[in-house]
Amino acid sequence: MGVAIRFNDLTLGYDRHPAVHHLDGEVESGALLAICGPNGAGKSTLLKGIAGTLAPLSGSIALPRVKPREIAYLPQAADIDKSFPISVFDVVAMGLWRRCGLFGGISRSETAKIRGAIAAVGLDGFEARPIGTLSGGQLQRMLFARLLMQNAALILLDEPFTAIDSKTVADLLGLVARWHAEQRTVLVVLHDLDLVRESFPHTLLLAREAIANGETDAVLTPENLTKARAMIEAFDRQAPACARAA
Amino acid sequence: MGLHDLLISPFAEFAFMRRALAGSIALAIAGPPLGVFLILRRMALTGDAVGHAILPGAAIGYLAAGLSLGPMTMGGLAAGLLVAVGSGVVARTTILREDTSLAAFYLISLALGVTIVSLRGSNIDLLHVLFGSVLALDDATLILLAAIASVTLTALAALYRPLVLETVDPGFLASVSRSGGVVQITFFALVVLNLVGGFQALGTLLAVGMMMLPAASAMLMTTDMTLMIVAATAQGMFAGYAGLVISFHGGLPSGPLIILVAGILYLLALIFGPAGGLLRRFKPGRHLEA
Repeated sequence: MGVAIRFNDLTLGYDRHPAVHHLDGEVESGALLAICGPNGAGKSTLLKGIAGTLAPLSGSIALPRVKPREIAYLPQAADIDKSFPISVFDVVAMGLWRRCGLFGGISRSETAKIRGAIAAVGLDGFEARPIGTLSGGQLQRMLFARLLMQNAALILLDEPFTAIDSKTVADLLGLVARWHAEQRTVLVVLHDLDLVRESFPHTLLLAREAIANGETDAVLTPENLTKARAMIEAFDRQAPACARAA
Repeated sequence: MGLHDLLISPFAEFAFMRRALAGSIALAIAGPPLGVFLILRRMALTGDAVGHAILPGAAIGYLAAGLSLGPMTMGGLAAGLLVAVGSGVVARTTILREDTSLAAFYLISLALGVTIVSLRGSNIDLLHVLFGSVLALDDATLILLAAIASVTLTALAALYRPLVLETVDPGFLASVSRSGGVVQITFFALVVLNLVGGFQALGTLLAVGMMMLPAASAMLMTTDMTLMIVAATAQGMFAGYAGLVISFHGGLPSGPLIILVAGILYLLALIFGPAGGLLRRFKPGRHLEA
């Protein structure tokens, strides 16, 4: 199958304080991986590191099969300007950037694909709506549709279901399952462990350091969860330099 | 006085009026589209401040070579870019935020510029740099304004897509392309370029008016980006024309009057604008079935 992501003694953090500490491991190509852990465990930080927006403090992340700009990344709080006069259709069309670039036109078949993506997330009829009129769930679905258009081999979702109603969550999980069937590598940060147990075959339990990484049932055991909860959330102001640093 | 005498003959009879009209139209073609993006990027006051900041550069050019185009333009460009970059650096390296550092720089700039002009010039010269001399545009200046308009429109057309993306969702653009930084800088350079051009006709205090007012007005009239740009440009051109006509017949200063007409259009849009005017807000009409 091959390896999609390899973590080599990875430390990611802010202002020299580690948020992800000495992470080693691999994510197989085509895996559907949930990333869980307590607050401040470094889950969002890890995604930022993979997406390339945060440089490692030490160690490295290898992406043997994917170029950095071919990753589809949905951050926790999308920094999107809702007051901008742009329609749902145009935002979803942005997903075609890698193909169209600055000047490329959008062909008729691509227009049909965009409409298809909008329908697939249940936003049929919303094509011409200005994005400022969308509810939280509708905005999230629109961003999912954009991800669909990106056609990426590696997809990173950071808490995509926060404040979304259960029907929408079910619909979006259907899309995630479709991506998995299409052999894309999908990493999703989630807090809802029941959802993880139901829909995700693999899990990485993170509490700054990796607690467990593997099949969900083997990872989300009471012992592992207790270990994860023991992590101290605040950075240590008096911490010395790490003895394990390379 | 017939309609022809009122509206056409000032331009038919006087070359300086035709020049002023040509210059104003060049400014109206380039400025308002930039103004729409300035507003959408929440840079309206930044644009204003940079407009004031170009004064000492132009003033030094003036000291060196009188009211001549080349030195004043180069000086203005240098000053504008210096203030913009300087305030950015200060914001990144000290506790002061962008708005504070920009305000500090432009006030120093403006005071410095006025002082420099007063060193050698008379009050008339000071009035020219503060309020422009749209009625004294020579050939060289007209060519400059036309060139600026062409460069601006070409650049905007080329960078339209990434500029929109960079404004709406900069995080997404950064994840799929490396053009974010280039787009930001180019946009800012275009703004400074147009402020330096506008400075000749409208002066440092009002240069940004041709960018901002038609754009703000257009935003109250429509929610479609393309229509917004078209409406803004149309209003800019009308303001140029009407401002010149009114100032001609009334013996009033032309630059400020152009901006005043743009301002009146803005106030009208504020009240009657279909996309956010006050009338719409207070009398929305009956609600729909679904």
